[in-house]
Amino acid sequence: MRPQAAGARQSESVGNRTARTDGGEREGVIVSGVSRHFTDRRGNAVQALHEVSLRAAPHEVLTVVGPSGCGKTTLLELICGLQSPDAGAVEAAPAALMAQRDLLLPWRSALDNAVLPLQIAGLPRKQARAQALPLFRELGLEGFENARPSELSGGMRQRVAFLRTLLAGKPVLCLDEPFGALDAITRMQMQSWLAAALARQPRTVVLVTHDVEEAVLLGDRVAVMSPRPGRVVQELTIEMPRPRRRGEREIANLREQALRALGAEDPQ
Amino acid sequence: MIRGSRMANALPPLMLFVAAIGAWELYVDLGGVDPVLLPAPHEVATAAWSEAGVLWHNTLVTVKEVALGLLLAVAAGFALAIAVHLWRPVRRSVYPLAVGSQALPFVVLAPVLAFWLGFGILPKLVVIGLICFFPVTVTTVDGLNAVDPDRVKLLRTFDASRWQAFRFGELPAALPAALSGARIALVVAWISAFIAETSSPTVGPYAGLGRQIMTDLSIVDPAGAAAATAVLFFCSIAFFHLLSIAERRIAGWAQPRQGESR
Repeated sequence: MRPQAAGARQSESVGNRTARTDGGEREGVIVSGVSRHFTDRRGNAVQALHEVSLRAAPHEVLTVVGPSGCGKTTLLELICGLQSPDAGAVEAAPAALMAQRDLLLPWRSALDNAVLPLQIAGLPRKQARAQALPLFRELGLEGFENARPSELSGGMRQRVAFLRTLLAGKPVLCLDEPFGALDAITRMQMQSWLAAALARQPRTVVLVTHDVEEAVLLGDRVAVMSPRPGRVVQELTIEMPRPRRRGEREIANLREQALRALGAEDPQ
Repeated sequence: MIRGSRMANALPPLMLFVAAIGAWELYVDLGGVDPVLLPAPHEVATAAWSEAGVLWHNTLVTVKEVALGLLLAVAAGFALAIAVHLWRPVRRSVYPLAVGSQALPFVVLAPVLAFWLGFGILPKLVVIGLICFFPVTVTTVDGLNAVDPDRVKLLRTFDASRWQAFRFGELPAALPAALSGARIALVVAWISAFIAETSSPTVGPYAGLGRQIMTDLSIVDPAGAAAATAVLFFCSIAFFHLLSIAERRIAGWAQPRQGESR
């Protein structure tokens, strides 16, 4: 059962993410024994998740990796309260979802898209824009404040969507393949940017990806999921210090472990 | 928009128009057609010139009716669409009746409208409004229904209220559809003004282009009737153009930019 409006709107917490233990369970995510099915177009019941148990401690980055169709998106929607489980329980602080599709509103400019959650929270547009502008520039979007989404590249759109998710001010961020649509170089830049941003302003993050390396690079812990019906088949704790570099030996080892758990051997 | 390209856009319809007028002139002059049946373009032009004053005043009357009636129709159609979208009882009760209303020959309403609203412009506006609101309602309802459900979901994760989800997510998304409805309404508005004018009793010297057409026909002045018809023709094009400009202002994001293919 979801706790009622736990956590403030704007979590302004600044601190060392590893040392921080206060805030309690309020800002974390606990998924226990959750099953969920959906009905496909032909009316057949499809089991998306089967007795999934996961935990993300406050300010921990949990990455969930698994093949397509393992119920990762369903998992995030459960955490965000957009769906209810058939069985089991989801306890989560208020969560903001960044969906696979950027879902930018085509009639709003890039900056106005980013500040949407602030406006919904009641901030006047002008103030919201002023507040978001520094982050907007930091994301390399300077000069595109008034561009329509149709005028932005895929990478830029993704960054605007990401900023919008951040500005929702929820203690938990649910990121569904946030960098999936990006080219390799932009993707690497965004991964380091995310790691740096979280170091500065810690949030509890549940990041879903099918990229094993990304999961290992960004996560404090990695949950490996099986194909449908999705189950957690392995959890890896990653104690490497940050910033992590993809060339490192330990990363490669962990990556191989995760791939083995997925039932795929590294071809190299 | 570049001026040159706008000129280029106007050229094909202009050429077609000139060709059609030319063909019509030749047909009447050389084909031996009785000018009472079909006046030649030059006769229409002469009639327009000699009746310019009357034509002008009647044009003002009709343009005013259409502009106000259309405003009424768009406002009412839009409001009804929102009500249909947001409140299930309205969708179930009013929508089917609105569909049925379009089958009514509004001529039958004229006496009772005149009884309620007098002999001024009001009863005519009601007739134009009743005929023209429907396309706006239908396209707006469809536009609102077609909003990407994932977007509404997204707004929900930002704790948007039902009203905020509507205001930030659904309403702007449905605007282009509403404007398409307004365009259809605009095209129908001229013929509905004709119906309104010819079915409503009116006082005063100028009763609009529709009335003028009927009067000219009754006194066997087909050239005069054709001149008034020609004015309707050009008014419709001009209004359509104005609406397109407004559309670019209001919902420019939904239109292909210059240089993109349609």
